[in-house]
Amino acid sequence: MLGEGILKGMAETAKNFFGSYFSAARMTTVEYPEHRIAPYEAARVFPFLVFDGKDWQAGMRCVACQICEKECPPKCIFIEKSKDKKPDALGKLQFYPARFDIDISVCMSCQICVEVCPFEAIKMDTEFELSTDDRFGGLLLDRKQLAKSNQYYRKIHPAEAAGVDAKLAAEKVKADAKAKFTAEAKIAAIAGEGA
Amino acid sequence: MSIAETNTEKFEGWNRPAPIKLEGEGELLEVAMGPHHPSTHGVFRMDVALDGERVIRLRPVFGYLHRNHEKIAEGQSYLASMPYTDRLDYICPITNNWAYALAVEKLAGQEVPERAEYLRVILGELTRYQNHASSIGFLIQEMGATGTPLMYAFREREKILDLFEELTGARMMVNYMRFGGCRVDASPGWLDRTRKVVAGLTKFTDEFDRLLSTNEILMARTQGVGVLRPELAVNAGVTGPMLRASGVNYDIRKVDGYGIYNRFNFRVPLGDHGDVYDRYMIRLLEMRESIGILQQALREIPVGPVMSPTARIRGFRPKRGEAYGRIEAPKGELGFYLISDGGPNPYRYRVRPPSLINLTVLEDMCLGVNVADVVLIFGSVDIVLGEVDR
Amino acid sequence: MIENCDQIFVLLRHWLVSFLPAAWQQTAGVLLSVATIVCLFPALFALTTVFERKGLARIQNRLGPNRVGPFGFFQPIADAIKSLTKEDIVPLSADAAVHFLAPVLLVITVFMGFAVLPMGRNMVLVDLDAGLLFYFAMGASSELAVFMAGWSSRNKYSLLGAMRAVAQMISYEVPLLMSSVVVVMITGSLSLTKIVEAQNHYTWGLPHWYIFTPWGFAGFLMYAIATTAETNRSPFDLPEGESELVAGYHTEYSGFKFALFFLGEYVAMFSISGLGTTLFLGGWSAPFSFLTWVPSWIWFFSKLMLSIFVFIWMRGTLPRLRQDQLMNFAWKFVLPMCLVNLLVAGLWRFMGDGWLRWVVCSAILLLAYAGMGLGEMRKQRLGPRSYRYAE
Repeated sequence: MLGEGILKGMAETAKNFFGSYFSAARMTTVEYPEHRIAPYEAARVFPFLVFDGKDWQAGMRCVACQICEKECPPKCIFIEKSKDKKPDALGKLQFYPARFDIDISVCMSCQICVEVCPFEAIKMDTEFELSTDDRFGGLLLDRKQLAKSNQYYRKIHPAEAAGVDAKLAAEKVKADAKAKFTAEAKIAAIAGEGA
Repeated sequence: MSIAETNTEKFEGWNRPAPIKLEGEGELLEVAMGPHHPSTHGVFRMDVALDGERVIRLRPVFGYLHRNHEKIAEGQSYLASMPYTDRLDYICPITNNWAYALAVEKLAGQEVPERAEYLRVILGELTRYQNHASSIGFLIQEMGATGTPLMYAFREREKILDLFEELTGARMMVNYMRFGGCRVDASPGWLDRTRKVVAGLTKFTDEFDRLLSTNEILMARTQGVGVLRPELAVNAGVTGPMLRASGVNYDIRKVDGYGIYNRFNFRVPLGDHGDVYDRYMIRLLEMRESIGILQQALREIPVGPVMSPTARIRGFRPKRGEAYGRIEAPKGELGFYLISDGGPNPYRYRVRPPSLINLTVLEDMCLGVNVADVVLIFGSVDIVLGEVDR
Repeated sequence: MIENCDQIFVLLRHWLVSFLPAAWQQTAGVLLSVATIVCLFPALFALTTVFERKGLARIQNRLGPNRVGPFGFFQPIADAIKSLTKEDIVPLSADAAVHFLAPVLLVITVFMGFAVLPMGRNMVLVDLDAGLLFYFAMGASSELAVFMAGWSSRNKYSLLGAMRAVAQMISYEVPLLMSSVVVVMITGSLSLTKIVEAQNHYTWGLPHWYIFTPWGFAGFLMYAIATTAETNRSPFDLPEGESELVAGYHTEYSGFKFALFFLGEYVAMFSISGLGTTLFLGGWSAPFSFLTWVPSWIWFFSKLMLSIFVFIWMRGTLPRLRQDQLMNFAWKFVLPMCLVNLLVAGLWRFMGDGWLRWVVCSAILLLAYAGMGLGEMRKQRLGPRSYRYAE
């Protein structure tokens, strides 16, 4: 019959109209900014640098190896290596970044820097409300703005952070054992010499 | 010389429609439709010459979104091009990633573990579903239904994008495939949530069908409009739902059987008329087939690693050679042609964009139709300017 | 008490006018009614714009405007401020006088139609014996304003858009009038008050509205289609939708004049829905005999708002028809159905009371509808299709 398809279509829309008052499946609007959806754990926006402990400069994991700078596709990371070294979490002396700038207006959130970092030093943040009206540097984050603590990392990516902490703890255990083994061997050697 | 005379040479032996003969005196009305379009396909211009209401000549003009993708890829490593492929056909980033990963895996002779193949199929079919739903939504929007089917399609698309965000970290620019597998594994919780979403998709496809397919106004606007004959489609290299709507049985998932598509039971719908209505219905039927594949894949997915142990993230230098990797993207055959000279960067990187190749027949479909139908025909080709212009 | 509630506006007018000397009372009364109409319907228009946006939004599973005022009901104030503060640009080569007069003429002719609509018991501004004729005369005059707008803009595309719009409106005038002729045939009068009174009887509690008769139902459907086309609403809104080529007759208008066009269109919608209510839905009469205690003007306005809701519903669901399909539809489908309806109404009148006339009239109409519908679809080779799958 002519008109049947039109009536079926109108019945569908009427169902949606009345359903929007009663069922959440038919009214999916979240009124931002009064209500916000919590981001997923895996959500990634822009990178940040992780530091252990309280002091962001002493605890920063980044050793300025510049691998992320090389692998970044749009080349938004700019690193300057320091001249001196500082001890890292395992006690070994490492370089650190004197400058670590990320231009977040260029960054495309691809996460390749996180993937290639061997030191678990750079991770993805979930904060996206970063708009600014400073055109000349408001979106260029330096290492102080990028440095966030490991507690923060655990808060935004709990499962991932737990994995990273376990891995670093295992490395520390291995390094301690190796150090102990080396120390004992030295003592034995000295004792052997003395004897 | 009239328009008909100048174009005669071009038309011989090409299966193209006969040129329109102008009656009487008078000049043609030349209109530029776009690049600022009321329809939402992106920045694209069509120079149309009209005789009254009929289209005499149509020249598409694109390039407004050219971003030098292929040249940029020559200057950076293979891995660094992966996020750029997300931005080609930005509605379907997963399938872009997959085609590129396939090409590089062919070039380097890389194997992919089984669980990764299953994940690729699941994500690929989810992408196909949401692309076809959005495409139908945009087509109806251009017809003037103030966006109602579009909003319904986007409501379902949100659920799929939420799944993507949970797995890969981003809704659209997923950067998920790697050469040798997938970047992250899917948790059992994610698979359960995907099963729930897929269970809801059947009901939505039925609702969509009921809302639209027998609507008399839709039928009057789309049936018999923009006919593409199968010989012309094959000669012009058209692929994807457009080709199948003209009746040619060519689906790369069946022809190549890339990945593990041989294991799945699905049918390829074919149309008989090749008009806009057929293309719309083929997309709807393919949505149903995708649901079938998803259900099978979610049932059979094995446990295991998602990255091949021989895969390298950094310092990836494939041997000298060339490879062409292609998949059945939702828009057609998406292919990547790579030439490697042994270094970390590709020597030549070429994308075969389905939207661009499908656009070449736009003039032939639009000759002689009413100008109000040009936008409809253009919408039924289903292009994304990111892919056309790269 | 119920009587007072029903006649409250009449009594109010009477009381207000009684403060003036007797010589001026008549004129003052009329002026007061005119002022009421001129204030009421634009206010209703403002409310309708919010309803439309929220209604469309709810159909599309989203919230409409909800920031300005409670649930967004002050949105029209924001829109009014916006349109009033926009710069009024008149093209240099445009015909300035005609350009200015077009929206004014539209608004005036559209408001004139309200003069004969009975909005409640004893609540008609002018009780003309040829009320229906006057209404259609005013309605047709509004098409002149559309053409004036397109012509004076001195813009090729606006002119094309205006011509399309006028062609559409003229084509649908014929079904509009023909579907109201059946009402006149059965009632025997062109006066709108008499038409409403003829429908204000009840049998077993159900009213004698014309929509409940076969010829009235068919007439109402065709009246509804013609109305949608006359007011350029979806699915017949190609002249004003974002046409790919033609920009529409109100392209060259900005600011307040554009708002006047918009106002004219919506008030035309009210007025023509009001007429449809009067002709087919019983005007101000109540749907059941036990509800006659509710004031009559409440019934009239409820039916009006119901029609508006149906317009919004159709806009949210249906895609647009192409211009030539629209005209085809008018001349080749709606007009023949109207002629069949005339025949059926005649049969109804002369067959006398009883169930036989119901059966015969309904059968004729259904056969004609199904036959013509199938014929149209088959001629254009339209229809649902089935698809094959590759082996």
